Amino acid sequence: MRITQGTFSYLPDLTDDEILAQITYALGNGWPLSVEFSDDPHPRNSFWEMWGLPMFDLRDPAGVLMEVNACRTAHPNTYVKLNAYDARLGRQTTALSFIVQRPADEPGFWLERQEGPDRTIRYTTHAYATGRPVGDRY
Amino acid sequence: MTDAPRTGRRAFGSGSVASTPREAAAQDASPPGPLPANTVVDLAEVRQNAGIDDVLATLDRELVGLAPVKTRIAEIGALLLVDRTRARFGVHAPPPTLHMSFTGSPGTGKTTVAQRMADLLHRLGYLRTGHLVTVTRDDLVGQYVGHTAPKTKDVIKRAMGGVLFIDEAYYLYKAENERDYGGESIEILLQVMENHRDDLVVILAGYADRMDAFFAANPGMQSRIAHHVTFPDFTVDELERIGVLMTGSLGYRLSPAARRALRAYLDRRVGQPWFANARSVRNAVERARLRQALRLVEQPDPRVDLTALTTIEAPDLLASRVFDAASAGASGSVGR
Repeated sequence: MRITQGTFSYLPDLTDDEILAQITYALGNGWPLSVEFSDDPHPRNSFWEMWGLPMFDLRDPAGVLMEVNACRTAHPNTYVKLNAYDARLGRQTTALSFIVQRPADEPGFWLERQEGPDRTIRYTTHAYATGRPVGDRY
Repeated sequence: MTDAPRTGRRAFGSGSVASTPREAAAQDASPPGPLPANTVVDLAEVRQNAGIDDVLATLDRELVGLAPVKTRIAEIGALLLVDRTRARFGVHAPPPTLHMSFTGSPGTGKTTVAQRMADLLHRLGYLRTGHLVTVTRDDLVGQYVGHTAPKTKDVIKRAMGGVLFIDEAYYLYKAENERDYGGESIEILLQVMENHRDDLVVILAGYADRMDAFFAANPGMQSRIAHHVTFPDFTVDELERIGVLMTGSLGYRLSPAARRALRAYLDRRVGQPWFANARSVRNAVERARLRQALRLVEQPDPRVDLTALTTIEAPDLLASRVFDAASAGASGSVGR
């Protein structure tokens, strides 16, 4: 099952040229970018591992793509995403976030129903991959 | 949470905006298909459109002397222009290596030229942004194990698309200390200079003798730098013209007597220790400004007009200690 998180996730995977164009757009808006990776694809997992520090004061997209590629090489079979942070007062949030690499095989999630009193049901999703230990998931 | 859909929509909207630079890049690259082989291209016109003449003319006007440097810049400009025209005919060669080393005495204009170089390479389409990132050893080399690589990479990422100017580059390598982290920084630089040749231009600058020692200790660096540019010392004539240009750019002018005084000052100052070419001229001009201001404030008649405010007179320059030192034969006093 294809994970759909962040911007562009319903589109085909972006090519490097398209990623460069997005980075150019983010830098043009003055948003510093950061690279993050994770092998826990749960939609509520907002704490991905940071690949280095956020990159401030960049003028050119090539530097960001260099880090993306370094992260891809080091973690070839995990999710990698790019975040662009808008630091303007009043916004101060992630302005753009999109996945730039995903594992070759994404097994997806199973849905667990927990029966409570009075026929209530609580739902939980589990990624099949997270059943295995970290580093062994994809 | 309510913000999420809005952000999403905005970001998708941004997708179409983001395609604009790509389209622009596509237009920039070349018209569809190579030109037929019998086409004649007017290089002068291409030059004009690229704005190279502009850069070279400003260079000529604002930088006094430096003939070998200007020649080299003109050569590089011509090469990139010819390369670009060749590409239009469908002849593609890998882009030339433009890493450079600038050697010369202090104050001979290495940083200034680096700035112009960034602008020129940008106009010629060799660099994407054409900004200059000036760093020294401090910005590249870390203080403990594992600190150097991220620091150097951070600087390199900032410089991408422009020029990375490493001032006093010989400090990167300390031969006497084999546990110094400078070597690590040099290794990363070498790798980037090779693999990201079209993303950034590295310029190393420093004094000639120490740069020679640096290159002797790092043959890899020497061979990856195609252009070794030597900045000659300025002659007294050139220094005088620099002084006149500097005062002009500050909104002052020299009275004829002051100009003679400047000449006399430079004649004496050149032979003294710690002479730093154009930088010494700048300092002399700055001190003349101070004296001129004090003279105006302390003069018996406190009324001034524009001419008085913008004119530097001979006494402002002749008050310099250089004139005492020359008569006393002392060399200890430095440019006061």
